Amino acid sequence: MRDVAIIGVGMNKWGELWKSSLRDLAVEAGLKAMADAKADHIDSIVVGCMSSGLFTAQEHIAPLVAEYLGQGKVPATRVESACASGGLAFRAGFAEVASGLSDVVLVVGVEKMTDVSGDEATFTLGTAADQEYESYNGATFPGLYAMMANRHMHEFKTTRRQLSWVAVKNHANGMKNPNAQYRSEVTAEEVESAVKVADPLRLLDCSPITDGAAAVLLCPLDTARKKAKGHGLVKVLGIGQATDTMALHSRRSLCELAAVSEAGARAYKAAGKGPSDMNCAEVHDCFTIAEIMAAEALGFAAKGKGGRLAESGASSLGGKIPINTSGGLKSKGHPVGATGVAQIVELTEQLRGEAGPRQVKRARTGLAQNMGGTGASCVVSILGAA
Amino acid sequence: MKTVGIIGWGADIPRNRVKVEEIAKVWGADAESYKKGLMLEEKSVPSPDQDTITMSVQASRRALVRAGVDGADIGAVYVGSESHPYAVKPSGTAVAEALGATPECHTADFEFACKAGTEGMFVASQLVVSGAVRYALGVGADTSQGAPSDALEYSAAAGAAAFLFGSDKTRIVAELLQTYAFMTDTPDFWRREHMHYPKHGGRFTGEPAYFKHITGAARGIMEKAGAKPSDFRYVVFHQPNGKFPMRAGKMLGFEREQILTGWLVNRLGNTYSGASPLGLTAVLDVAKAGDKILVVSFGSGAGSDGFIFKATSRVAKVQGLAAKTRDMLDDNKRYLDYGTYVKFRGKIRMNEE
Repeated sequence: MRDVAIIGVGMNKWGELWKSSLRDLAVEAGLKAMADAKADHIDSIVVGCMSSGLFTAQEHIAPLVAEYLGQGKVPATRVESACASGGLAFRAGFAEVASGLSDVVLVVGVEKMTDVSGDEATFTLGTAADQEYESYNGATFPGLYAMMANRHMHEFKTTRRQLSWVAVKNHANGMKNPNAQYRSEVTAEEVESAVKVADPLRLLDCSPITDGAAAVLLCPLDTARKKAKGHGLVKVLGIGQATDTMALHSRRSLCELAAVSEAGARAYKAAGKGPSDMNCAEVHDCFTIAEIMAAEALGFAAKGKGGRLAESGASSLGGKIPINTSGGLKSKGHPVGATGVAQIVELTEQLRGEAGPRQVKRARTGLAQNMGGTGASCVVSILGAA
Repeated sequence: MKTVGIIGWGADIPRNRVKVEEIAKVWGADAESYKKGLMLEEKSVPSPDQDTITMSVQASRRALVRAGVDGADIGAVYVGSESHPYAVKPSGTAVAEALGATPECHTADFEFACKAGTEGMFVASQLVVSGAVRYALGVGADTSQGAPSDALEYSAAAGAAAFLFGSDKTRIVAELLQTYAFMTDTPDFWRREHMHYPKHGGRFTGEPAYFKHITGAARGIMEKAGAKPSDFRYVVFHQPNGKFPMRAGKMLGFEREQILTGWLVNRLGNTYSGASPLGLTAVLDVAKAGDKILVVSFGSGAGSDGFIFKATSRVAKVQGLAAKTRDMLDDNKRYLDYGTYVKFRGKIRMNEE
């Protein structure tokens, strides 16, 4: 396997982008990544997108993106794994380069979510749960994650306030990210008095509905070393992927993300690193409880201590392991297919030392964790400054 | 140029109310989120015998009393609504007939979502400016529609406001200083033929629709008139909920005190075509000579009409001649339970034999 480098990144300002279509979003991010790398050609495109069909009635989007990027003839593939679509598109792009199948691969994550009503968006996102056993019976993701939160609070005495600290921290980080959807500070009191969505989760515990795209350009590390222009080099140290049961009720524990632990273990092994080697991490905080549980599964906190990690400030900028310096899904936004790619964009900027006011000092190694559903699919990528 | 203005105004608000909590209880919704988030407490509900035509007649009669004008002298009657009782057959003919304005009278019904009322006022006022008619009546009225359990059900209310325009200097209560219209094709809210309830684009109804057009029209008319927010004693915006007009005011640099007098929505609900016109009636009820008033409507689809009025010394003399809007809002209220409310609104399917 060849070593793989990230030579270009790009994303747009995320939000309710009434004036941008699915293709506009994907093309803007893709062109930015190509411009960032000063690339004059690409050999292959991988597009991560969860549900362009239900959100915008457009399937078959890989050739659409290729055509509108002006790359009409190159192989173009779409990858889908619910909210992990972006992370898995990155893994597929990595595999193409590492295996020698392609040299220069553009990975684009995109989702256009605001062309449908809130109810339709909830339905569409719900297709990532087990339709027959969960969705048909009325479960939605806020409801499923609320059950996980309640169980976590019951078993580990995690507090309502600890959930709030995750949102407070991520909004504080998002304030420093010009691409974030919600660049506003929130207080723990505001989180706790926000509209209740599914007890104990309130509106400010939940990631929003977002339009957005992100893109990264990959090539063999050797080529990158020869052609590196301007930026510090970032290398993919290891990627791990794992699977858990589709339905939450089939799991041994409601407050354990087994696929995250497994994907993390595989990524750490591939990279030859451990949790304490990480200088920063982007984790999948679709709900505040998800960040707490992911931090535990990835070894940043002992089991049951994820709430304290956020409360103690250890996961804040300047803390021991800054988590979601980008603002996370909570503040940056969660265009589901784009999220996993945007995590790679954030890590790359951190490892290049280009993250501006949210820069983690001496960041050499970082981790991105992206998952689908309640964690049925998970991919963990570890990047390092080369 | 001759002076044209409002010579009489009148309002009508049904006495029935339903509280936000009563609706939320039925649908398992969080009443607090509507009360806090949208600043809504209760809304008016028409009785079974009240509709856009009857409310328009009532409001217009009050306008005629204040104006001291005989119905036969009205040269044009325009009723703006999105709940005209008939799909084919005008509301305006029935209103004009009831006022005694027929047969020598021009009439038309207007439709432009929630700004149909100010469209009627716009055209009525300009016919007087042109000299085509001596007096012209513009009415905004609605028995607003919102699908059960939809967010709109918490606000869709009923009410009417009527304004008689003329150019007799002795009768003018509020001189019309400026008009302005701002509109684009923006599909934020619509109802197709045979659909029972309107549909809306959720959050799309905010930034690109309401706020863009309200602020566009407000800035446009102030620029045209060489005016700034502090020149106005009162400002009235279309009020689909409590929050939107307050936020629009803040965006434009108006103080809360300038908005509050014409801000009825928290206890009236959204009377659609009647909303900003009713706000203007509440302002005229208390205005003093020299007060400048800015009115900016909004209708989905989408557009805003702007008007600048200046109250004359006559306004205080006629305020007490007919029922005042705040009194109709505060007094003689009757609270309905959800069942009675849906019966009154014709939402229960009856045996058709």
